[in-house]
Formats: sequence, C-alpha cells, structure tokens
Amino acid sequence: MTVTADRDAAFLAGIGKIAETIAAVHADDVDRNARFPIEAVTALREQRAFSALVPTEHGGEGVSFRAIATACFMLGRRCGATAMVFAMHQIQVATIIRHSEGSSHFEEYLRTLVADQRLIASVTSEIGTGGDMSRSVAALTPTADGRASFEKQAPTVSYGAYADDLLTTLRAHPDAAPGEQVAVLHRANDTTLEPSGTWDPLGMRGTCSPGFTVKAEVTAEQALPAPFSAIAPETMVPVSHILWSHVWLGIATDAFDRARAFVRAAARRAPGEPVPAAVKLSHVMTQLSMLRGEVHRALDEYVAAADDRERLSTMAFALHVNNLKLAASEQVPRVCQGAMGVCGIVGFKNDTPFSIGRHLRDAMSASLMVANERLHQTNAGLLLIAKEV
Amino acid sequence: MDVETLADDASLYEAGMTSHASVNVMLALEDTFDVEFPDEMLKRSVFESVASISSALAQLETQAA
Repeated sequence: MTVTADRDAAFLAGIGKIAETIAAVHADDVDRNARFPIEAVTALREQRAFSALVPTEHGGEGVSFRAIATACFMLGRRCGATAMVFAMHQIQVATIIRHSEGSSHFEEYLRTLVADQRLIASVTSEIGTGGDMSRSVAALTPTADGRASFEKQAPTVSYGAYADDLLTTLRAHPDAAPGEQVAVLHRANDTTLEPSGTWDPLGMRGTCSPGFTVKAEVTAEQALPAPFSAIAPETMVPVSHILWSHVWLGIATDAFDRARAFVRAAARRAPGEPVPAAVKLSHVMTQLSMLRGEVHRALDEYVAAADDRERLSTMAFALHVNNLKLAASEQVPRVCQGAMGVCGIVGFKNDTPFSIGRHLRDAMSASLMVANERLHQTNAGLLLIAKEV
Repeated sequence: MDVETLADDASLYEAGMTSHASVNVMLALEDTFDVEFPDEMLKRSVFESVASISSALAQLETQAA
C-alpha cells in the first residue's frame, strides 16, 4: 500500500470507531434535545480529524479528499448531525487550503488549525439576498485604524455557538457590487455573535443552526486572497455538494439497513412463509442504488479534475455538481420514506431498533440547504448552452 | 453602462453581466457566428471581456479552417 492509502485507512478506522461507539450512542439524544453532538465532535477533535485534509507540508494529516467523503458517509450512517458538522468544517478547510495562494497568514493559520484542532463554521447565507450565496449585503468597511469592520445578518449559522473560527462572505468594500465578494476568516473570540432566533427545527437538530448577527473587526490579511467568485465554483460549491451528499447517502443507507434488519427478523420468525415487506425492500434498494451511483460518480469526477481549476470553472462541471445536489437531496427522503414503508408502525415509532423518523426528518433538510428551486433555475440556464450533459 | 466607453479588455462581469445574461450572450454568439462553443470553452474566463470572446471565436475559426 502507498503512504496515502495507509494514512487514509488509519484515518477511516478511527472515524469508524467514533461513528459506532460514540456518534451512534448519542444520536437519539442529540436529536431529541436539539443539542450539539459534543461527544462525537470531541472525539473527532482528539483524533485530529479537524486537520485531516491539511497537507503534510503544512503539518496536517494529509488524508485524501476521497477519504474525507467516505468519513462523511460513515458518520452519516450513525448520526446525521455529527456528520453534517464534520462535513461543513471540512468544506471550510478545503476552501482555505486551495485558496490561500501562498498567503503567509493562512499558512500560519493552517499550522494553528493542526495544533489546536479548531472547528470552523461558515457565515455564507444572509438576510436580503434571497438565498443567493453569490451576493452579499454586508460589506467590509474601513475603520480609522486601517482595519475593517462588518456586521452581517445571517439567517442560519450551523454550530455558530460552538465554532472556534468563522469564515464569512462579505462585499469587498462599501461601494462593491453585491457579487464582488471576499471570504474573511475570523476567530469566534474576536467576534460578537448575537443569536437572532431559536432553534427547534424538524431535522438535523444537532447542527444547532439558529440565526445570528455577526460582528467583527479584521485586518486585510484575514481575507482569502482569491475572490469569492472563484472560490465558490472551484471549491466551495463542489465540495459542499459532494460532502453533503455523502452525509445524505449515509442517512439513507442506515434507513435501508434498518428496513432490511426488519425484514430479516420477520423472515426468521416464520421460516418458509412469504414476507410481504421483503418485496418492498427490493424496491427501496433500487432507489438507494441510484442515489449511491450518482454520489460516487460526482466524487470521481471531482477527484479526476483534482487541481485543474480551468476544468472546475466550466459550466459543464457546474451543471453536474448542481445536478448532484438536486438529485441526491430529492432522492434521500424517498429512500427514507420507502424504508419506513417497509418497517410499518415499528419504523414510525421513535423507540424501536427499526425507527426511521430521525432519518426521514434529517433527510427533509437536504432540499433546503441552498434551495433546490434556485439551483434548478441555474441549471435551466446552463442546459441551454451546455453540449454534453 | 455605455458600450462606447467599455474597453475591449474591461470585465463584462464587473460591468454588471450576470451568469444568466452570459448564457444569453453565448447563445447569441453561437447564432451570429454559426459556431458551437465546446464545453471546455464555456467558462467565466472566456466570456470575461470583448477581447477574450474575440480570441475564443478566432480560435474556433482556426480549428474549423
């Protein structure tokens, strides 16, 4: 085995242990109380999983992106909220790694991330943009002492109250157009986070994502050198859609596994007799396999493009990666509902080994994380001009 | 935005062209010049300015010749 394969295998063995022995144990309590999955997050931190993607030349673990995606899937099978927190953190890390462009400030930051295992949240959504991440209202505004301040009204900041650092999109200066954005990294300790709402959602309850008014003062070097108009298509959007989809695939896979366990138990109780639910289970498997096929295909396409930024910036790639998000987010609730149909009332109840309620509710969040209708609108335009789809 | 004052190398995106508008520009160019932009040319940098569009069209003409 190569060094990378060894590293990936060791990393995933650790993730598997955390998923099985910690995330799974607390998943129902995290969900019921809409509380942060602190046990699993602490274990991930102790395993140095927060810097797993950081290349070894910056002192990190140098785990492959493919292994990070697999980790999202494995955690998603046991606790959707833990997996989503992990995935979102890795999105910020991937963004910083690729778009630091030799900035000494960010290279130093990566070393701090490795040493302190800091958890990074993102502040990308904003009230007044209609859910369009590629536009901002809040702007970096120069202060008298040569720094810049901002105040942003975010409708949701996932695990905002638990993050060590925040990556916030803003207009580059007060006169900048809505689309002229930068991404600024700032410490939670140097930031005022005023909650602007409560958190009692249908699913993904452990991500603890209420609204916040985010205020901070930063220096120029805290903005990633690349404009957000390059960061979004080359890294943030594809990595988000791929890692989220792996989390969702994990949730759907566990829903299917529970339905399969239910059918096997029924078959064992009455050997030789037909189990009606077994046929339903076969139908659910076809749905799950289509989801898995699309999620893996998208990962392969992204990994094959690697650091070919020209390829990542084509409309064809944007079309594919948006389609992944749309297809996966629409398919996940279908699989979970199908699994619930297999289990019947014991799947509907919240306290059986075959409960699917949490999975179904978590799955419902998928089409809202970047509204599907907005992405369909974007892809409708891209389809007019794309050649191979 | 006044077309007369827009330099050939000025950013169309900075002049206010949205992604949605850029798709319409691409369709109109394909129609007018009777060409098809291959997928690898359909990206922001190619449609950044009048100059980059001209050079892409020239490239397509050379390939066709």
